[in-house]
Amino acid sequence: MHAPAERRSEIELELNGETRHGSAEPRTQLCDFLRHDLGATGVHVGCEHGVCGACTVLVDGVASRSCLMLAVQADGRRVDTVESLARDDVMNDLQQAFSRHHALQCGFCTSGILMSCVEYLERVPEPDEAGVRDMLSGHLCRCTGYTGIVRAVLEVAGQRRAGESQQQALENRNDV
Amino acid sequence: MKAASFDYVRAESKREVLQLLHEHGEDARVLAGGQSLMATLNMRLTQPKVVIDINRVEELNRIRNDSGHLAVGAAVRQVQLTDRAELIREVPLLAKALPWIGHFQTRNRGTVCGSVAHADPSAEIPLCLVTLGGSVVLESLKGKRREVPAADFFQGLLTTDRQPKELISEVRFPLAEDGTDYHFQEIAMRHGDFALVALALCLRADGAHLGVGGVADRPVARTLPLGDELPDALNTLAWSLGAQDDVHASAAYRRQLVRELGQRLIEEPSHARTR
Ligand SMILES: Cc1cc2nc3c(=O)[nH]c(=O)nc-3n(C[C@@H](O)[C@H](O)[C@H](O)COP(=O)(O)OP(=O)(O)OC[C@H]3O[C@@H](n4cnc5c(N)ncnc54)[C@H](O)[C@@H]3O)c2cc1C
Ligand code: FES
Ligand code: FES
Repeated sequence: MHAPAERRSEIELELNGETRHGSAEPRTQLCDFLRHDLGATGVHVGCEHGVCGACTVLVDGVASRSCLMLAVQADGRRVDTVESLARDDVMNDLQQAFSRHHALQCGFCTSGILMSCVEYLERVPEPDEAGVRDMLSGHLCRCTGYTGIVRAVLEVAGQRRAGESQQQALENRNDV
Repeated sequence: MKAASFDYVRAESKREVLQLLHEHGEDARVLAGGQSLMATLNMRLTQPKVVIDINRVEELNRIRNDSGHLAVGAAVRQVQLTDRAELIREVPLLAKALPWIGHFQTRNRGTVCGSVAHADPSAEIPLCLVTLGGSVVLESLKGKRREVPAADFFQGLLTTDRQPKELISEVRFPLAEDGTDYHFQEIAMRHGDFALVALALCLRADGAHLGVGGVADRPVARTLPLGDELPDALNTLAWSLGAQDDVHASAAYRRQLVRELGQRLIEEPSHARTR
């Protein structure tokens, strides 16, 4: 693919499960493309140089800073933003836990943190506090002091494991 | 801020990358993980005419274990190595150093070769490469393929022996040697930040080979004696690095870290903090 400067190139990607089309100049950052062209304003843009983590999205399931990617690089990729988490206006378990534990105040950092948590909990289903804090080091939150965030993530990890063991128990019973 | 305009090429093959580098030379930038380049583009510290994206070049996305080294191709991301279970046996120093690089979100995209190309004096991968005596493989369309020892490749702050038309096609880490223990340690202002001082250690019964990052303008490695002579040797090493005062730490503090952390790492490596 050769995209000339100052001309918009076609981009097709799967955003939150839907095929979407748009166009962008080579220099357009993925975060701006997602917000301005595709309307995914849950993607927040803080520092634009990779330090704050507010813009974190999943690219092919992998937590990535969308200010450090070009929109043209997302062509043909799967991108998930915070908009993918709630179903039928019901927040998912992570979002609900964030609310319960006061894991956000202004909420600017939250959508990026949630997307990191999505990948992290898939990779590390049994995290400890040190692990969660290490994961959170990739994000800056100026409001909460992180304590509520750590509690929320650990709680959801526990709930998901309990849910799975319940599921497993049910399946085992059906086997008998 | 927003980047200035540039042409973008998503390369399909190594040959296409070399062709473009040949045509555009200094006006071109290779885009690997983008974890350093994108920030400098957004801040307009670099304004290339052409950006050559190597992320989808399959032939550069290879990790090979052969003839005594682990060769890591230009498109291999840091996370691919942290996910490699054998790495702790193949190149234990690298396995211990990788978790200290930035954050899991930046390791998800950042490449091994990109870190070497960028040559930040605090960076962990260049430090491991120099300490282990590894090498950098450079290719260009017309020139000969060169393999440069890491100690000659790094020439100063963000400065390397790479010529504008060259691609770093892979870097080579020597495999672990029997009878050597490998340890890594660093101190930064915040969790995941660039190191104030980073130490990479190859420890043998008869001596310590210690690499220091974050103090001089490039990673530096020296062989030190063990026992009573160690404190003096560490002090000499600390003073030889030309430490500078900056907003993050004073030169004296950096020298103190080299002496103190160095002594502890060499004498009680099992107490080293891990990440
Ligand atoms: C928040 C944050 C924290 C970080 N902390 C650390 C840290 O603690 N330690 C650390 O070492 N790094 C750190 N980094 C930087 C690290 O993540 C980058 O991965 C690395 O410096 C560059 O690798 P890259 O693949 O992203 O390269 P890019 O950003 O794509 O490229 C960097 C430079 O190298 C050139 N280049 C890349 N690949 C090649 C090649 N194959 N041949 C020729 N030229 C090439 C590019 O043209 C560019 O000039 C951090 C980054 C961020 C955003
Ligand atoms: S806006 Fe992307 S990391 Fe801050
Ligand atoms: S909730 Fe305000 S920055 Fe995190």
